[in-house]
Amino acid sequence: MARKKKKVPGLNASSTADISFILLIFFLVTTSMDTDMGLARRLPQPPEPNQEDAQIDVKERNVLNVRLNAAGNLMVNHDFIDINQLRARAKEFIQNKNNSPKLPELHAKQIDLLGTCYVTDKHVISVQTDRGTPYNVYFLVQNELVAAYNELRDDLAIAKFGHPYARCSEDEQIAIRTYYPQKISEAEPKNYGGN
Amino acid sequence: MAKKKGSRELPELTTSSLPDLIFTILFFFMIVTTMREVTLKVKFVVPAGTELEKLEKKSCVSFIYVGPPTDQLRAQMGSGTRIQLNDRYAEPREVMDFVAQERTTMPDPASQVMSMKIDQHTQMGIITDIKEVLRKSWALKINYSATRRGN
Repeated sequence: MARKKKKVPGLNASSTADISFILLIFFLVTTSMDTDMGLARRLPQPPEPNQEDAQIDVKERNVLNVRLNAAGNLMVNHDFIDINQLRARAKEFIQNKNNSPKLPELHAKQIDLLGTCYVTDKHVISVQTDRGTPYNVYFLVQNELVAAYNELRDDLAIAKFGHPYARCSEDEQIAIRTYYPQKISEAEPKNYGGN
Repeated sequence: MAKKKGSRELPELTTSSLPDLIFTILFFFMIVTTMREVTLKVKFVVPAGTELEKLEKKSCVSFIYVGPPTDQLRAQMGSGTRIQLNDRYAEPREVMDFVAQERTTMPDPASQVMSMKIDQHTQMGIITDIKEVLRKSWALKINYSATRRGN
């Protein structure tokens, strides 16, 4: 009369899958995998309170004036141009390949890894907007200017180091940044042609 | 012989590992998920650009939303451009308090980044006002939020 061993009834786990499915679907719906992207810019430091007029004299040839009016029209120095031409124009300005007297002055500069180079390190690209300028035009202009710098840096990196800027080592990147420093200044907006 | 005679039942497919499998996927999503902690009161379509950088260090990012009020709120708030900080509408000068308040919650306030999610049809006037306040509050790293566009 050996008794049958008492069996512990197994816990029914078949619904665990359903429960975890529900949780899974919840997270699937609420998740946003997109990493936030954007155009990174750096604002200038705030002016000192006792600083009256911080206007640093910059030679006219060293400045590329980019102006945007309330209608979203683009003016570079004294020409109306289309947004598609801006990148080429900015590259020409930053490089000054032929040492033109109208483009920024070239200075001899000793740069680690690159030796003595002639660079336009005093150039400034000044972006001036109207209070009514649409944001997307302003954004595109900023995008094109950053693109001009990025293309120049990439070209230089490939010519000197054989790989694009993003794959350069820390020191190489510093050298290239010294060669092409990013100088985009933003002036206070003015009312061009009113609203 | 007896072996062959035995009934050949198809072994049942075991599903006992299914919950584990699903749990693994679940944990993956739990980790990568980032829930938006504010309800949007403005609607915006960010511009598209090519020279974008990823926002690193999520914990050091604060968001400023700029755009017209959402459709539900338009009846009360009108359709003018508004700034949203946290859960409410704000004026440009309130950005300074917002920056200071965000800074206290950050592990590394020096690398604070302001992500500006601005509707593409906004006029620059209000953006300039915000930037001016950001400069004064020493929040100099900004990021114009955008979507990627093919060349």
